[in-house]
Amino acid sequence: MAYWEPNALLDEAPLVKPGSALNDVTREIAQVTENRAPRGWWACFLVAATFAGIFVVCVSYLFYRGVGVWGNTSPVYWAWDITNFVWWVGIGHAGTLISAILFIFRQRWRTAINRFAEAMTIFAVICALIFPGIHVGRVWVVYWMFPLPNQMSLWPNFKSPLIWDLFAVGTYFTVSLLFWFTGLIPDLATLRDRSTTKWRQRIYGFLALGWRGSNRHWQNYERAYLILAAISTPLVLSVHSVVSMDFATSVIPGWHTTIFPPYFVAGAIFSGFAMVETVLLIARSVFKLQRVVLMRHLELMNKFLLLTSLLVGYAYAMEFFIAWFSGNQYEMAHFLKNRPTGPYWWAWAWMVGCNCVVPQVYWFKRMRTSIPVMFVVSILINIGMWFERFVIIVSSLNRDFLPSAWGLFRPTIIDIGTFTGTIGVFFTLFLLFMRWLPMVSMTEVKGTMPQADPHRHAEHPEHAPAEAGHKVGLAEGLVPEGAE
Amino acid sequence: MSAKATSKSGRAPAVILAEFDSTGDVLHAAERVRDAGYARWDTHTPFPVHGMDRAMGLKDSRIGWIVITFAVTGLTGAFVMMHWMNGVDYPLVVGDKPGGAPGTLPSMVPILFELTVLLSAFGAVLGMLHLNRLPRHHHPVFESDRFRQASDDRFFISIEADDPKFDVDTTRRLLEAARAKHVEIIEEEAS
Repeated sequence: MAYWEPNALLDEAPLVKPGSALNDVTREIAQVTENRAPRGWWACFLVAATFAGIFVVCVSYLFYRGVGVWGNTSPVYWAWDITNFVWWVGIGHAGTLISAILFIFRQRWRTAINRFAEAMTIFAVICALIFPGIHVGRVWVVYWMFPLPNQMSLWPNFKSPLIWDLFAVGTYFTVSLLFWFTGLIPDLATLRDRSTTKWRQRIYGFLALGWRGSNRHWQNYERAYLILAAISTPLVLSVHSVVSMDFATSVIPGWHTTIFPPYFVAGAIFSGFAMVETVLLIARSVFKLQRVVLMRHLELMNKFLLLTSLLVGYAYAMEFFIAWFSGNQYEMAHFLKNRPTGPYWWAWAWMVGCNCVVPQVYWFKRMRTSIPVMFVVSILINIGMWFERFVIIVSSLNRDFLPSAWGLFRPTIIDIGTFTGTIGVFFTLFLLFMRWLPMVSMTEVKGTMPQADPHRHAEHPEHAPAEAGHKVGLAEGLVPEGAE
Repeated sequence: MSAKATSKSGRAPAVILAEFDSTGDVLHAAERVRDAGYARWDTHTPFPVHGMDRAMGLKDSRIGWIVITFAVTGLTGAFVMMHWMNGVDYPLVVGDKPGGAPGTLPSMVPILFELTVLLSAFGAVLGMLHLNRLPRHHHPVFESDRFRQASDDRFFISIEADDPKFDVDTTRRLLEAARAKHVEIIEEEAS
């Protein structure tokens, strides 16, 4: 198979700082898991763990008292719980997009960020799956969602988009986990071989499954990885499409829209890339990964954000246009009046401002390559995308057909605690991942380096001896803070 | 060539392990081992080396057949599940739509797709592990201390002693002539 082409054949710029040796990459990435955690990691971890604790308290209280502790009320029966679910699922989309779709398109710059993004997918989907799990009220019969024999001899209704959603998100989680673990196997072997203590060797050795870098194995491994990427590509597009059908198959103005599947997918990729960037920027500065996470990677991500921002903006505009074009009074009342000027106009303004206006700064190269700008913009995009789901769910439900049935939703302190708590859960898991697993794929990064090309001296043999022992001593200056 | 061979005397050799400096060296050495007619041998590299499959004379991976089997199982399994549950065992008429196929085929599409993908993914991962005979935490090459660098920046060729063409001296000479930097003989475990 030729899909693992040497970089030179693809005529691409280097993806690792020129002059780096293979061992520099191994050391720089592996030592994050081997040295003591930098102070920045502990600071982040304590904050994240505190919020995770708040989450546990809020959910325990919810189980004790029931869903009445939330602000859900007639007619807004789906409120923060489903908003948060859709937001987290959306964030989870960038991982598989980066690892599968960019892999198939041979966008090799993904090597710096794919492990990250896959981990982010898994943790975001965990946070997402919590919400449908806890919003059912009687959590002890949550297994009724699955097609299992039960005392009522009833099976799920497979015509319902809600069960499609269960299968879509469940499949997505499982496939993402398999994809992630498969990618980790060779890197776990590296950690096993570098381990200096018995327990590290045992644990990483157990997880590495006895991987020995054999080419007979690589052959099957690469093909399996390619197949996983190929089947994950339609999967990633299907998941948020199915989530959108939870809404699109209903008759509520604001939900009953055929544009929803592609619109949701574009928004998911948009928010997912933004979240990858937020987390990546933190990790890059805390763990000093400037050698493998180059400005080039960040700039490419910003271009992607600009593209998906335009797609999302187009979808917003099209919703408005179709509402007017349909001539349907409920549709027009909803889109032309309730959204921009109704009681939740501020949520709509946040949505448009963060998702359509702010990313326009990325037309300028100076903005695309400024770390502070991209950090702020990536967070604003995630805020905007949360408000998008809030607008779709809450502002569509609060005013439907009969004015006498209208009502307002106000979040309770438990709503707020549960939501911010899941952010804590997400970052807690993420920080543990960064600390104990290689957060950049050493194997794939090394595979993109000039040393990986067996024919690199064929064209210019006169340079061969000079380069043979050539190393640039950059690694010394790149020890993580507090790593002594 | 200043390659040295180390050997702890006494027991029968299990594997001969040669270490190389670069992907180019290991690739050319693999071509020579292939041309010498060895069958039970392998290369060990920290990442897949471009062109190594051809250099080793490997046939195409069979994993695709495993995945397609899983995929078809997932597809038919999903159809049988939905048709039987909603159409046969407990016919469920919702919104005046029938419970089973063919009337509900359109609404079955998402789950048909999802379960096909789910089973294919398991097929790809389990199939890869099966074809590679992994997990296998014990292997003679792990006896070598130098082999720990096979997952970092060094490249290895291992030839197993039960290869019909294996002979300690000729095999070692072949590898040394192919620019091996270090050749090591790993012996059978004492039984």
